Amino acid sequence: MSGLMWIVAALVVIAALSWVFRFAGQAVTGNRPYFRDMSYGVAFGFVLGAAILIWVVYTFIKARFILDETAAAPYFFFIFAVEGLIVAGIAAWLFRAAGRLVGTGGTRKLFRSMPLTASFGILVIIIYAILSIFAQVIAPYGQEEVFAAANTLPGTDPMHPLGTDNIGRDLLSRLIYGAQNTVGIAFVTTCLAFLLGGSLGFLAATLGGWLDQLVSRAVDVLMAIPSLIFALLLMTIASAWAGNQGWLLTVYMIVIIAVIDSTRVFRLARAVGINIVVMDYIEAAKLRGEGLGYLIFREILPNAYAPLLAEFGLRFCFVFLTIASLSFLGVGIQPPLADWGTMVRDLAQFINFAAFSPLTAALPLMAAGAIALLTVSVNFVVDWMLQKSSGLKE
Amino acid sequence: MHPVLKIVIQRLFLGLLTLLVVSIVIFIAVNSLPGDFAQAILGQSATPEAVAAIRKDLGLDQPAITRYFTWLGDMVTGNLGISFAQANFASFVGTSAESGSGPVTVLQQIAPRFQNTMFLAGVTAVIAVPLSLLLGILAALFRNSVFDKVANVGALSAVSSPEFFLAYVLILFLAVLNPVLPSLSNIYSDMGFGERLLRTLLPALTLTLMVTAQMMRMTRAAIINLLASPYIEMARLKGLSPMRVIVKHALPNALAPIINVIALNLAYLITGVVVVEVVFVYPGIGQLFVDSVKIRDIPVVQACCLIFAGAYILLNLMADVLSIISNPRLRHPK
Repeated sequence: MSGLMWIVAALVVIAALSWVFRFAGQAVTGNRPYFRDMSYGVAFGFVLGAAILIWVVYTFIKARFILDETAAAPYFFFIFAVEGLIVAGIAAWLFRAAGRLVGTGGTRKLFRSMPLTASFGILVIIIYAILSIFAQVIAPYGQEEVFAAANTLPGTDPMHPLGTDNIGRDLLSRLIYGAQNTVGIAFVTTCLAFLLGGSLGFLAATLGGWLDQLVSRAVDVLMAIPSLIFALLLMTIASAWAGNQGWLLTVYMIVIIAVIDSTRVFRLARAVGINIVVMDYIEAAKLRGEGLGYLIFREILPNAYAPLLAEFGLRFCFVFLTIASLSFLGVGIQPPLADWGTMVRDLAQFINFAAFSPLTAALPLMAAGAIALLTVSVNFVVDWMLQKSSGLKE
Repeated sequence: MHPVLKIVIQRLFLGLLTLLVVSIVIFIAVNSLPGDFAQAILGQSATPEAVAAIRKDLGLDQPAITRYFTWLGDMVTGNLGISFAQANFASFVGTSAESGSGPVTVLQQIAPRFQNTMFLAGVTAVIAVPLSLLLGILAALFRNSVFDKVANVGALSAVSSPEFFLAYVLILFLAVLNPVLPSLSNIYSDMGFGERLLRTLLPALTLTLMVTAQMMRMTRAAIINLLASPYIEMARLKGLSPMRVIVKHALPNALAPIINVIALNLAYLITGVVVVEVVFVYPGIGQLFVDSVKIRDIPVVQACCLIFAGAYILLNLMADVLSIISNPRLRHPK
């Protein structure tokens, strides 16, 4: 319990310091209104934040420059997190600066009002897109290539910088191919969900009547079942249908998740569509005698573009996380395809080696972190887009 | 009759109807399996006579509608059937004479695990709800400050990461590098409350990280939405402190959306619990569900599915009802 005692002691010291801080502020600035009206809680917050910052900098410098390699091993992840955050910040700032200088007037204007989180998100999405498209070129080996040296630890063999797995496949290559498989499959699934949900939603909004009622009630029922649970139930049945053919199960999974997620897309497309259908220009188009296809593709779709794009980003995240979760549970993307969710599950036990071989323990976190990094980035971008389109300043 | 009571009864009825339709969907899904239960129990090498006998025994020769109502009746009365794994095991050792009550039923399998899952969800809710309310109020109070921005980015990152990533990061820092909490949550029925709580803490913390973000953002947004209203301006002009303005004047009127989002997030826990239970080997209903999915143990899968769906519908219903009750315009109609 000495750890708890230390925390309590630190809090008491901070509480005392924050009183001193406020008093000093009042004395030094000659009782400026900012310090005069500062509540004790705000002062405490400032001192607490400063204390955490000092602790982070102190630990970082100690672990990075002073301690020798074995003593610094427990701090590996701490150092990595701090350096990663700094590098990410610098990269995002540089990317935004570049975007402000290069490009057409429109994109430059976009970059000028962009927060750092959004530019970081766009940068990461671009990197993932390049990785997944050119995985064959970038990865040193094939994803199913088996080497004689199985179970090599990362950092021991220059041929395999991240080591090999239990049957001798290069982990770095599988990590890179994971970008292609996991992201690619999630992307295809999201597109399918949008095709299905979007077209049904617009049709329901335009036609109304019994079609609208029928599809809406069906969607209500499907949405009443939690999606991961429903996906797991359907995967049980799909696995019975697919038998031993792994690729068939993957195809079934794409269809199942696309159908489940299309219900959410349907809701949005219908809601947006109904607001557009009552507009005067739709009435005018109808009076001109335009067909259903023209109405949906030329009149409704261009006006529903912004909310649908934001929904596409969010939906992609949900689909991606569902697929990763299913794979992690062992019923998603099937081997021999390299996939991040499966990798996390297979490598999870290595995390217990963190104290003496940090790089080995980092393996499952790399695959899980690859998933997290992409979804976080997409969310950053979508958050910025929503804030921009809603005109919210706060 | 009071109009609120009327709406609540209406919603309850709708919820029951939804549950009924969901049970039909689950029944259809399970019955679209290739082959049938009898084949599945007996395996590939069964004789046609044996298959026919079991079919008759389980009522599989009846038409689908009859079977559905029998199944529904069984579900309502708590007779969830016998899991395939248990049935096979029992037939292997002969009739389980020593226990005297036949093989373990799905209900007996699920009941203790359901309690464990409820315990986990309860601990999570107890940590997450006050924490997110506090963070949301603070973020609204110090809006656009560094604290607000850090909390916003942190919340967005936490909510969009996969559960297992957060779980392994927590294991790494709190169980492996600094061994404060156990990384495996093996829980027994005869365990003391303190020990049980300690072992539940890490999965509960993971789930807390998942659900806090949305509740916090909603609290902040709901309060900030109100800050432009004239009565808040009035309270400010009276000279009340900012904290008092928010807690006493803004918060009561922001409660409806906040309560709604809290109930929705508790419903989300139902789904999130599956992955987290697998990571921490927590003996809850989610783990049983995943294990049964892998071995295609249909009776357990459909029972778990129905329980999850029921809890989900119930919590959504609660969100609905609570947001109606917390709306004074509906509570006191003209």
